[in-house]
Amino acid sequence: MPEAAPDAAAAPGTAIAIRGLTKRYDRVAAVAGLDLEVAIGETLALLGPNGAGKTTTVECCMGYRIPDEGTVRVLGHDPRRDRALLAPRTGLMLQEGGVYPHAFPEEVLRLFAAYYRAPRDPEELLQRVGLTGSRRTRFRDLSGGQKQRLSLALALIGRPEVVYLDEPTTGLDVAARRSTWELIEELQADGVTVVLTTHLLDEAEQLADRVAIIDRGRLIAQGTLAELTRAEHPRVTFVARPGLELASLSAALAVPVTEPSAGQYLVDADNEPELLVRLSRWLADRGERIEDLHTGTSSLEDVFLRLTADDIEVAP
Amino acid sequence: MTRTASGTEVPRTTPIVRATLAQAAMELRLLVRSAESLLVTLGIPLGVLVFFSVVDVLPTGGEAPVDFLVPGVLAISVVATGLVAVAIQTAFERKYAVLKRLGGTPLTRGAFLVAKGLSVAALLLVQTVLVVVVAVVGLGWQPGGGLLLAPLLVLLGALTSTALGLLLAGTLRAEATLAATNGLFLVLLVISGVTFEAEALPAPLAALGALLPMGALRNALDSALSGEGLAVEATLVLVAWGLVAVVVGSRRFRWEP
Repeated sequence: MPEAAPDAAAAPGTAIAIRGLTKRYDRVAAVAGLDLEVAIGETLALLGPNGAGKTTTVECCMGYRIPDEGTVRVLGHDPRRDRALLAPRTGLMLQEGGVYPHAFPEEVLRLFAAYYRAPRDPEELLQRVGLTGSRRTRFRDLSGGQKQRLSLALALIGRPEVVYLDEPTTGLDVAARRSTWELIEELQADGVTVVLTTHLLDEAEQLADRVAIIDRGRLIAQGTLAELTRAEHPRVTFVARPGLELASLSAALAVPVTEPSAGQYLVDADNEPELLVRLSRWLADRGERIEDLHTGTSSLEDVFLRLTADDIEVAP
Repeated sequence: MTRTASGTEVPRTTPIVRATLAQAAMELRLLVRSAESLLVTLGIPLGVLVFFSVVDVLPTGGEAPVDFLVPGVLAISVVATGLVAVAIQTAFERKYAVLKRLGGTPLTRGAFLVAKGLSVAALLLVQTVLVVVVAVVGLGWQPGGGLLLAPLLVLLGALTSTALGLLLAGTLRAEATLAATNGLFLVLLVISGVTFEAEALPAPLAALGALLPMGALRNALDSALSGEGLAVEATLVLVAWGLVAVVVGSRRFRWEP
C-alpha cells in the first residue's frame, strides 16, 4: 500500500473525518466515540466546557496522540503515519507557549517561514497581527494578547489548507479581537478549512459555518447556527433590577418565569403581544425599568448552557 | 504541489536544508543570548585557563601549568556547551511546549537534532579557537602533537556530551535538569583532574573521575596533545557514554511538557 495515497474511504470534499474516536488517559476517556466531519473550506467551531475533549480531538488530528479506537483522517491522510505530508499543509495555534521564551517575534516568524517552500511574507504577517512595534521584544516579555497574536501568525505563515485555532482571541482586547476575526475571515474567503475551539459563543456565532458541541468526550449537538437555535423552543428574556418577585410575575403572565442569573430573567413562552403587554404592565405597576428585552429564538448561548448544564452546575 | 480552494498553487515540499540551517542559526543565537549560559560556556573555561596558568596554586604535576591545563579546559568547554547548556536550553524548550509546537511544523525530528548539533559545533569552534589562541599567544603554550587527533576527540566529546544533555532534558523536569547539570558540572570540575592533578584526590574519587565523560575526555586530549597518541581506554569510556546516551535517549526522550 503506497503510504502517500489518500484514504480511498474519505469522501471527496472532506477535510477532516473523525470516526468513532476514543482516547483514554489512565483509563479515563477524554474522547469517547466521537464522530465528526469537517468539509473543505468550512469553519467548524468546537464548543464545550473545560475538559470536554476539545484539545484531545485537535491533538489527534495533529498526530500528537494515537487514538485508542476509531480513525482520524485529515485531507485523506492518517495524521501520524503521513505526518511529513500533512505538516506542510496544516497550521496550528496553541493556546499558550510553544515559542522560545528568549526569541523575538520577528526571528521566530522568519524561522517558521524557513520550514515551508512558499511561506507568507513574515513582515506582512507581523504587520497584520500588530506586532511590528514589538518585533525585538523577547517572547516572555510580550503581553498575553501579543503572544496570542504571534501564535496566530505562526499558524498562518505556511499558507495552510487546514488550520487549528485553540481559543484564538481569549484575552485579547476588542480591537485585537476584531483584527483577528478579520484575518480568520480572510482565510475563509481563501477556502481554508478552519477548526476553532472556543468558549466565546459570540466568536462561534461570528465565524463558524457549523458548530459542534462536545461534552465529556461525546458529540452532543452539531449543526449550523440556525439549525441549533431553531431547535430550542421560543422564549422571552429581559434584564431588570435583580430580585423581582418571580411568583407574582409568573402568576401575572400565567407562564413560568425564572432568574438564571442576577437581573437576567427568562420567560418560558412565545412572544405573543398579550404576554408583552402583561409583562410591561406588571413592571410599570411596580415602577421597575426594563432593559434589553429579547424575544424569539434563543441564542447559541442558551443552547450551549442547556446542553452542558450538568457540567456547569458541578463546576466548582 | 496542492491547490487551495481559491485556485492558488502552493508547492508543499519541505526545504529541508534551509529549514535545518535556519533552525541551527536560531539555536545558536539562543545559546549565546543568555548571559548565564555564556558565563558557563566561555567564562568558566577561559577563567580557569588564565587564572591557574598565571597563579600557580594548584598541584599540576611536573608540567608547566599551561600544558597541564589546556586539555582540561578544552574538556570543560565541551561539557559546558554540549551537556550543561544544551540540557538546560532543551529542557526549558520542552517545558514551554516549544518542542511540541515544532512537532506540528514540517521540521523533522532528525533535522531538529542535526540543528542542535550544528549549533553546538559552531559555539564549540569559537570556544576551542579562543582557548587555543589564549594559550598559545598569551601563555606560551606549545602542543606536543595531536593536531589531527585532538579535534576529532573534541568532536567525539561534543557528540557524547550533547547526547547526554538531550537525555537529561528529555527525561527530567526542567527544574531538575537545571539543578542536576549545574551540580554535576561542579562535581566534574573537581574530580576530573581538569584544574589540578587527579592524584591529589583520594584514589577512588580519581578513578571515578576518569570514568566520567569530562575526565575521560581530558585524559584522551592530554595524551593526544602531549604527543602520546590515542588513549584507547579513555576514548572507549567516552564512546560508551555516548552510546548509552543515544540508546536510552532515543527510547525515553519525551517531546511534550
